[in-house]
Amino acid sequence: MSREVYERLVEEFPETSLEYLEEKDPAISVKADDLFEVARHLKEKQGYDYLSAVTGVDYPDRFEVVYHLYSMREKKGVVVLKVHASKEDPEVPSLVPLWPGANFQEREVYDLIGIRFAGHPDLKRVLLWEGYEGHPLRKDFPTEGYQTIGQEELS
Amino acid sequence: MTEEEYIDQQIKRNVVITTIDKIYNWGRRSSVWPMSFGLACCAFEMICAAAARFDLARFGMEMMRPTPRQADLMIVAGTVTKKMAPQVVRLYDQMPEPKYVLAMGACAISGGPFKDTYNVVNGIDTYLPVDVYVPGCPPRPEALLEGFIKLHQMIEGQTILTSPWYRKEVEREMPVPVLGPQGLVIPGEGDE
Repeated sequence: MSREVYERLVEEFPETSLEYLEEKDPAISVKADDLFEVARHLKEKQGYDYLSAVTGVDYPDRFEVVYHLYSMREKKGVVVLKVHASKEDPEVPSLVPLWPGANFQEREVYDLIGIRFAGHPDLKRVLLWEGYEGHPLRKDFPTEGYQTIGQEELS
Repeated sequence: MTEEEYIDQQIKRNVVITTIDKIYNWGRRSSVWPMSFGLACCAFEMICAAAARFDLARFGMEMMRPTPRQADLMIVAGTVTKKMAPQVVRLYDQMPEPKYVLAMGACAISGGPFKDTYNVVNGIDTYLPVDVYVPGCPPRPEALLEGFIKLHQMIEGQTILTSPWYRKEVEREMPVPVLGPQGLVIPGEGDE
């Protein structure tokens, strides 16, 4: 499924650097700058009207955001988009203007991994509380978490 | 039968000599009203224990109160996350005396499989005085019933003379923790 979509994308966007990742689950690698236009094309021209999942991944050298797209109308999918973000300043464009359902998912990725989504209407923590320090699903976060302060006094 | 014998008989039939503690505790333990709230999957075992097959009504505990102001027993059924812990302690503070806490399941006892993670409290006994621990993941309803029987035994062993909830000098209110930048903080106890 991803192969035809990729070939059509290359025809449509000849100047952008797309990459076809031949893996067990084929994916299309997109640069962060081109993501919004590619996603808009997939939604409006190819009928991928459903953004199923937004996932953040922490690799040793980079962050990655993975998008899973389906078409409810034409019953096709999945198309997987992968976007890299730098370790120092992870930021990718928000897809909320295209799929409003991305709102909470992008907030969750921001909350737990710390990738910022440029253009998100309300980018704040969704699971943890306001004022929490750090992003707990990052690999450099201490495994045991932070010790609960005040524990010794009561027990 | 003379009149005296008749009166003796009537006294034997109608008069019981016991202690205040015994009758007071009998009344208390025969109608412990739990607060109906569940935090995670353990709540389903609690609901199951309240339904027909296991039937908490046999212990006088079928009155699950949705408000803390009418409840005697708090069943902490499930994982206590750091975000939920302040509300749990606040609910405990709103319960009238005498009040009891039962920690149900591995998570409520110690944090269980989530111990020492960024979002789960290492056991609710960090913040509340727990009376009965019911281990299991989740405990079966029989285990919960056993915990209730243990609680009843504990209530029967208490005495009004030494009960802390009638003493003015005993501070029974538990401090409500607040959410800090790295976890829960008890206000007024410093940062460390």
